[in-house]
Amino acid sequence: MPPTILVADDSTTMRMIVKSVLSEAGWQVLAASNGKEALDLAQTSPVDLVVSDWNMPVMGGRDLIEGLRRQPQYEDLPVLVLTTEEDAISKSAARDLGVNGWLNKPLDPEVLVELAAELLGAAPQG
Amino acid sequence: MSSGLDLSQFYETFFDEADELLAQMEQLLLELDVQAPDIEQLNAIFRAAHSIKGGAATFGCFQKLAETTHLLENLLDAIRRGEMALRVDMVDTFLETKDVLKSQLDAYRASEEPDDAVYERICAVLRQLAEEGPGGEHAAAAPAAAAAAPVPTPEPEPQPEPVVAAPVAAEPATAAASGDLPTRVHIRKVSEKDAASLLEEMGNLGHVLASDRSGGALTVWVQTSCSADDIEAVCCFIIDADQLQITREAPPAQAAAAPAENSIEQFEQAAATFAPQAAAPTAPAAPAAPAASAPAAASRPARAQQAPAADKESTSIRVGVEKVDQIINLVGELVITQAMLAQTASTLDPVLHDRLLNGMEQLERNARDLQESVMSIRMMPMDYVFSRFPRLVRDIAGKMGKQIELQTYGRATELDKSLIERIIDPLTHLVRNSLDHGIETPEKRVAAGKDPVGQLVLSAQHNGGHIVIEVSDDGGGLSRERILKKALSQGMAVNENMPDEEVWQLIFAPGFSTAEQITDISGRGVGMDVVRRNIQDMGGHVQLSSVPGQGTTTRIILPLTLAILDGMSVRVGEETFILPLNHVTESLQPVEDQLYTVAGNERVMHVRGEYLPLVEMHRVFSVGGAQQDPTQAIVVIMQAEDRRFALLVDHLVGQHQVVVKNLEANYRKVPGISAATILGDGSVALIVDVFALARANREKWAQPEAILN
Repeated sequence: MPPTILVADDSTTMRMIVKSVLSEAGWQVLAASNGKEALDLAQTSPVDLVVSDWNMPVMGGRDLIEGLRRQPQYEDLPVLVLTTEEDAISKSAARDLGVNGWLNKPLDPEVLVELAAELLGAAPQG
Repeated sequence: MSSGLDLSQFYETFFDEADELLAQMEQLLLELDVQAPDIEQLNAIFRAAHSIKGGAATFGCFQKLAETTHLLENLLDAIRRGEMALRVDMVDTFLETKDVLKSQLDAYRASEEPDDAVYERICAVLRQLAEEGPGGEHAAAAPAAAAAAPVPTPEPEPQPEPVVAAPVAAEPATAAASGDLPTRVHIRKVSEKDAASLLEEMGNLGHVLASDRSGGALTVWVQTSCSADDIEAVCCFIIDADQLQITREAPPAQAAAAPAENSIEQFEQAAATFAPQAAAPTAPAAPAAPAASAPAAASRPARAQQAPAADKESTSIRVGVEKVDQIINLVGELVITQAMLAQTASTLDPVLHDRLLNGMEQLERNARDLQESVMSIRMMPMDYVFSRFPRLVRDIAGKMGKQIELQTYGRATELDKSLIERIIDPLTHLVRNSLDHGIETPEKRVAAGKDPVGQLVLSAQHNGGHIVIEVSDDGGGLSRERILKKALSQGMAVNENMPDEEVWQLIFAPGFSTAEQITDISGRGVGMDVVRRNIQDMGGHVQLSSVPGQGTTTRIILPLTLAILDGMSVRVGEETFILPLNHVTESLQPVEDQLYTVAGNERVMHVRGEYLPLVEMHRVFSVGGAQQDPTQAIVVIMQAEDRRFALLVDHLVGQHQVVVKNLEANYRKVPGISAATILGDGSVALIVDVFALARANREKWAQPEAILN
């Protein structure tokens, strides 16, 4: 079973691109259009990495990661934020939540794949 | 690991999404209360720009779109953060930007490069807005208000108020006096590249007062409300914590001067940065609205009746229309096959073939349900059309110095996609007419004892198999006198005693316009006739009602879909024709005394006090072998628009839902026939174009009463 990556982005285009970049790299990808959907998905199927946008309707990246962290199985889940936001407050909040990387759009597919590989290699796979 | 992913496969998704986002953005902008913008709305507008930029930049080949959205996004960001106060003219500019973005998007979609001049201009305007800061001169005049009201913040967490730092840049002494010492961030052993990013991060945190780069270390004095922890957190994306040292102290004098070369100017700019946002909530109305926005301010913002729909986040999939049409077509074939089987099965002995016949019944139910579900895929809410009008009304009202409030009802009412797209133009024309000729100027309205604000109401509702769309205004109403005068001058056959309904119908004549003054908005003489023709082409019709001094209501009545039709099949000679059921009012067998011959060999039929022209199907369509004697045949009374006529056929066959097949696509246009269908036995039947028959008849029977006398 290849590791599963959960992608959360409210933009359909971004979601599709990220999804196909990651699945072409050989991972299983689940996609959600906001934090709430992502949280729900993470309940039903175990996730090994989260790639999330920051500013999303309904539930943003911050609340998503917080919600994940509250669950024992996701305490140490690797998380990448992929966003256009660049403000320091958000970044610092992300760091406090144990986010492993902050990628700014425009997306560079190679960087994303590289980082994901690194994080998945280091993360316990279950 | 990453293969050369072909991003172009996502273009279409991006275009569609961006289209939707732009529409959303426009709606949100129009709903925005300039004096007290809702932070959630600002955030949603920002997010729309943000998503478009993110996508455009990722593809790397929509440069202009990416740059334009980038500039827009920056401004929106500053506004949602409360760093810049919103003004009416900004909303105007944003709306204009939205239009430019849309045209850029359309250009890219058509594989063209967007217009350079337009791009340059809008970018210049946006940059100008960003540079001039929030207020211009009037804002700088009120720096005292700065300390007053708290700035609304978009995020729940405590926000820094970077603007507070601005005046400090010029006069560090003030800051020191207030005990608000800047933060000194010292980072050891940092590369050139990291130093640049760190400096940028600091800039995001607050106001960088000074920086110093020596001995591989970077020292930054920054005025910020962020705690040392926050600063550390930010820097730790770039460097290790042990390289970092954070203290509070004033910057060295010479360093402080460095970033603020034109300190006076900067002070003024800085003052401008916070003055209006602080002033806006406390003094809502007058001073914040600059003179530049006068025309727009004159019109009360057009407001949709309903609050922003909560269903924006519903899950959906995107499917090409041709795929849906394909399914509809196939289901249509299935229904026809089912009908054929049913016809064959009906000849079987029900006792012997009990199970088969039960199965046939089941199949019929399933086929019908399937057809209904598939048809519902093509249905779209009227909101798709109505949502364009707040903008139009706002623009035109501003241009004409009128005050107009737009209300819409029945936004969720659904209509077939192909119809919804075709209704936009006629409806736009009607709305423009109301704005231009219907609703009066505020002065005129007040003089007539009316509210200076005119009401324009758009509504849509289902009524049987139809949708009724109304455009209604409380303006001056149509002038019977003027219409008659104009009609006379154009040589139309009119008389003083015509009923109102017939007078109103005159404005649908080609080339008819009563506008006293031709404006650039409507009244060019092409108009209502085109509106009516468009609507008739959709199988619908238009009704008008008007009361002088109280307003005009235009009602458009359309079938819900063009793909299936409830029809009555009739027999004429060897041919079967389908009459659209919604035009059939009754059928009866005429008796001799009901029939009168007039003017040559035309006949009329007297039905309950009304003389109806008799239209003989076999004559209209030259069908041989038909019943010639009306008393041996059947008459179907048809209603088209405001006209009724008696249609003579041999006999009625039955009622069914038929799948409409385009005749032009499969054969050619036939006068008097709107389409064709395939019957249960596999034969082709023609669907009668009731309006065409009524029109052909009306020309002959302009005034039946006159001829009768």
